Order: sequence, then C-alpha cells, then structure tokens
Amino acid sequence: MKKLSVAVSLAVLALVAAACGTSGGGDSAAKAGSSTGFSAPDLPKLDKLGAGEGKLSVLAWPGYAEDGSNDPKVDWVTPFEKQTGCQVTVKTFGTSDEAVTLMKTGQYDVVSASGDATLRLIAGGQVEPVNTDLVPNYADVYAFLKNRPWNSVNGQMYGIPHGWGANLLMWRTDKVKPAPTSWSVVFDANSPYKGTVTAYDSPIYIADAAMYLMATKPDLGIKNPYALDDKQFAATVDLLKTQKTLVSEYWSDYLKEVQAFTSANSVVGTTWQVIANVATGEKVPVQVTVPTEGVTGWSDTWMVSATSKHKNCAYQWLNHIISPQANAAVAEYFGEAPANGKACALTADKNHCTTYHAGDATYAQKIWYWTTPIAQCLDGRTDVKCTDYSKWTQAWTQIKG
Amino acid sequence: MSTRHPRARLALLLGPPMLWLGVAYLGALAALFVTALWTQNGFTGQIERVWTLDSFKTLFTVEVYRTIALRTIAVAVLVTVIDAVVAFPIAVYMSKVAGPGLRRFLLVAVLMPLWASYLVKAYAWRGMFSEGGLVSSAFEAVGLKSPGYGLTATVVTLSYLWLPYMILPIYAGLERLPDSLLEASADLGGRTLQTLRRIVLPTVVPAMAAGSIFTFSLTLGDYIAVRIVGGTNQLLGNVVYDNVGAANNLPFAAAVATIPVVVMVLYLAAVRRTGAMESL
Repeated sequence: MKKLSVAVSLAVLALVAAACGTSGGGDSAAKAGSSTGFSAPDLPKLDKLGAGEGKLSVLAWPGYAEDGSNDPKVDWVTPFEKQTGCQVTVKTFGTSDEAVTLMKTGQYDVVSASGDATLRLIAGGQVEPVNTDLVPNYADVYAFLKNRPWNSVNGQMYGIPHGWGANLLMWRTDKVKPAPTSWSVVFDANSPYKGTVTAYDSPIYIADAAMYLMATKPDLGIKNPYALDDKQFAATVDLLKTQKTLVSEYWSDYLKEVQAFTSANSVVGTTWQVIANVATGEKVPVQVTVPTEGVTGWSDTWMVSATSKHKNCAYQWLNHIISPQANAAVAEYFGEAPANGKACALTADKNHCTTYHAGDATYAQKIWYWTTPIAQCLDGRTDVKCTDYSKWTQAWTQIKG
Repeated sequence: MSTRHPRARLALLLGPPMLWLGVAYLGALAALFVTALWTQNGFTGQIERVWTLDSFKTLFTVEVYRTIALRTIAVAVLVTVIDAVVAFPIAVYMSKVAGPGLRRFLLVAVLMPLWASYLVKAYAWRGMFSEGGLVSSAFEAVGLKSPGYGLTATVVTLSYLWLPYMILPIYAGLERLPDSLLEASADLGGRTLQTLRRIVLPTVVPAMAAGSIFTFSLTLGDYIAVRIVGGTNQLLGNVVYDNVGAANNLPFAAAVATIPVVVMVLYLAAVRRTGAMESL
C-alpha cells in the first residue's frame, strides 16, 4: 500500500484498508469526517489509446453483454466486434461475490461490477483507475453518477457508470389500502399485512432496515445504512427479527416474487421496477413507490482489469457499452435506468427513461446505493468499528432463524 | 496369464476405484475439514491460511445454528418416517399381491416421477400450497386454514420427492421373502396381521433402514425445496449455500457442512447395527 499524497486526495470516502495509515485530506459534503483510510493500490492508468489487440474477455451480469445467442434480436456485442475487430468472449456471473472471485483469476479484461463489489476489487488491486478522457461517451453520462463513493477513490474514477435502479416498495392495490407511503407497512410489528409481507433475501437487505431506522429512530445516529456500529447493527437486526414475524417468504429470484404477488401470498414488500413491470404485464394490480424514508438501490460500473492484456479493446468496450445505442439496449433489456442521457432517445419504449427516472438527479439522490459494508465506517467515523459484510451474512442467517 | 500375476491383476482391478475413493471422494472431504480450520478476510474475501477454531466456535456459541441443525434433523426424521409409512403398503402390494402385469405397471409408476426434474416437482408443490392452490382450497373446503409456505410444505414436498427411494428398497427386500414362508405361516394358523408382524416386518426393517439412508441423507443436504416452499424457514443447506454464495466465507461454510457429515456418520453406524448394510 502506497501513501497517497494529501494534495491529490479529495477523499470521497473514508475507509481504512489493511496496513499503513494513509492520510487523505478533505472530504466531500455528505461524507464528513476523517479520511484515514482506504488506500487503493497505486496502479497506473492508460494514458494513450492504441490499436485494438483483437481480443476481449468480458465478465458481466447476465443481460449486460448479449451477443445474440440468447435472442438473435438482442445483440450489442456483434456490432462492437465488427466495428473494432476485438473478438469478445462473455462470461456471466450470478452474484457480486462470484464476480470478485472470478476477477481474481486475472482472466477477464472488463467487468460490470455493482457497488457491493467495486471497492473490494479496487482494494484487492484487481482493477485499475480509468482514464475517462479515453472514453468519449463518458461526457454524456449523468453527472450525478460520477465520482461516487463506489466508483471512485479520491476523485479518481475506477470505471464507467453503466446503469442504476432502486429497490422500491410494491403493493397489491386491491389488498393494501390506503396506498402506503412509508416502509412501516413492512417493518412495523403492528402492520395490518402480517403474514403477507415479502423482503429481499440477501444480507445487503439489512441496509434497508437501517435506512428505515435512520428516519424513525434518529437517536441511534445512523448516518449511512452501510456503516453500522455494533449498537446500531444490533438495533437493525432486532428490527429485522420483528419483521420476520410479518414475512410470508423472502425472495431473491425475481420470478418467484412475481408469482407470490400474483397468488397474493405476498401483497406488500420490496421490489425492482422490472418486477412491477412484469407483474403489471400479467394483469396483477400492483404499484410501486419511493417511501418517505428513501430507498436502497444499485449502481453498476464497468471496470478494467489491472492485469488485462487487451486494454485498448477494453477501453473501446467501455466506450461502446455506454454509447447511446448500446446503453439504451441494455437498460431496456435489463430493466434499469441508463447512465447515458442520450440513450433515452433511442429506447424502443419511449417512456423507458421516465419509468426508470433516468435523468432525475433528485430521485437518484434519494437512493442509498449498495456498498460493501466494511470494518472501517463508511460514514467517516473513526472512533468505532463498523460491522463488515461477513457479520452481515451471519446476522442474516440469525434473522431468518 | 492371470494365474502368474495375481497381484498385478488385483492392483489393476482395484486401482481405479481405490484412486477414486481416496483422491476424489475422501480427498474432497479432507479438504473440506481443513478449510473449516482456516479463516477469511472479511473485506477482500481471501482465505487466510491461519489455523483457527473460530468457525467452529461461532457454530457452537451462536444459538441459531443449533436451532437450524435440530430443525434440519427433525425434518429429515419426519420425512423418513412419512416415506416409510407410505411406502410399506405400496411395496407389499407390489411384491406380494399384484400380478406380474400390474406389478410391472406399478414399478414404472413409482419410477415415473424420477423422470421429471426436481425443480419442476418442487414448483408444482409451490403452486399447490399457494393461495388458491389445490392444497389451500382443499383445506378451506373443510373449514381449515391452509398451512401455506412453511415447514409443513417442506416436509410434504421432500417426502414426495424421495418416496421412490424408499419404495424400491422395501420392494426389493420383500421380493427376497419367499411366498412359501407366507403360506407356511398361514398353514400354521397365522392370521394376516400376525404374518405381517412376525414374518414380513422383520424382513422389511433392514430394507426400510436402507431406504432411510436415502431419504434421511437427501433431506439433510437439501436446500432447494425449502427455498421454494419453505416460507421464511431455512435448513443447514441454506446456511452453507448462503455462506458460499453470498459471503464467500468458505471456512464457515465448511464448518457448517461438517454437521450433516457427523450426523450421517452416527446415523450410518446406527443403521449398520440393524444389518441393513448387508441388504443394500
């Protein structure tokens, strides 16, 4: 771990990685506090684009790098190959943890990483800083997606924002009245919907409960749902244990949730926009909202492997995947907001960007994006230790009992 | 030639299976136990090869794992008992009552569910237990509340899934029971129930124990059915899956995975005493 110069650091986030104390100065508006901490390995970024190497290995979420093999009509890889001569091989992964594990093999040139994987990849030296000057389409990416805690360190971007979405509150309009405006319908022990509540089945869902407590129990002092000290964590876990008595079942497979809402086994709970769309398409009377307490969500970033031997192709891919055409196609196929504002004009469904609030910075501001909880508090506190992801996983098992 | 090199022939014959057993099977198990003694870096997810009993300490001190282990064993026992009770009359009918034609038909019928995918069958049960599904409608028709998703649904689904693995060993066991024995019992004045109790049952118990190895161990390791119909419940398999898949915490997953191994070793030792191993 190398020391980062105080002058350079704009310390967007304050984390402590393992060893030597790195000092970073300053802090951004939201993330107050000291920035002793997260030191990214000192890796160079590409300074000049050269000729393509003819090959590119892509590690992506399913649906992010379609080459027409699943559906001949869904293909933004082949045009890229024709245009650049970079032959693409795609490997998909199912969870952020799988992505991190696969990136450690060093066999992939680019990866589409969610916010709960990015910092681990940066800290582990698997990905390198990105020279955004070499990605012309980066200029069109919404400003509110740039230089965020999960895709940059000290003002240095580590990838190109790709798309984002929120974990919304969905309900059956015929069974849940009046329309809920607060997460209390899924967290309050006296919720009238006891036994028909659903929740996302992942340790990262703990953040949703923490966010609710942030609004309803201010004396706990939660500033960031991904930075919980032991006391805050215990309160959050207690809340989720209470919630368990309301829950009919947890979901992680989105089709399972659609089915649960169709049969009314679940009538209210957390969801994604794409699930609401599918359910509405099947004539299930559901609606979604952003409750007053806010929402969690995801924001994905395309990153370049530090050990890549095809960096020129990698940069061309970064530029291609957030080009208006490709970004529109991916966002629509996957069901999320595109990162490139120009993509909105090119979606087949002209309402796509409105439905997903694509350019709505105030809406995006309300979202607490998935971030890896680590021992060093992400909200900048240094006097306490925060709970890390492995503790979250164990707690999740205990919550479900 | 074979008489000249008996040892070489034996080595050739036994070598490959021994290699398979030693390297692929026991080797993997040993690797599992070793991993359980390591620890993991919470941030990068890298395994740190430092010997520690931390994973086991967590396993024994945190109550939820005991609860889940006991729940898993209870479900496995329940599934085994249900399967044994359901399978016994079917096997008796197939082997002793039905004619050869009907017997062949029943055998196919028992095996038929094995042709369909596990997931299709589990999701079929999900449909039946859902609101407005077959099970809940049936319960409501008689004025009861449907069990919905939960442990009941899990036990029913798993019992359904593993039933053929119980019927077949019992059927095979009864096939070995000569009809003349039953006739002799009748000739000596034994009534049907008496014959069942004193002739059929003793023959069947080892076969049932053999079948129970399947139903018990398959339930012990299952994590899919409970995800589909189990509501908010989880079994040991889910804990292992979550720790491997979500947390990438292999050491702890390995520690959890030793529980079913230990339970199975104890179970097999118990089954061995019934003499069921010889009838396998």
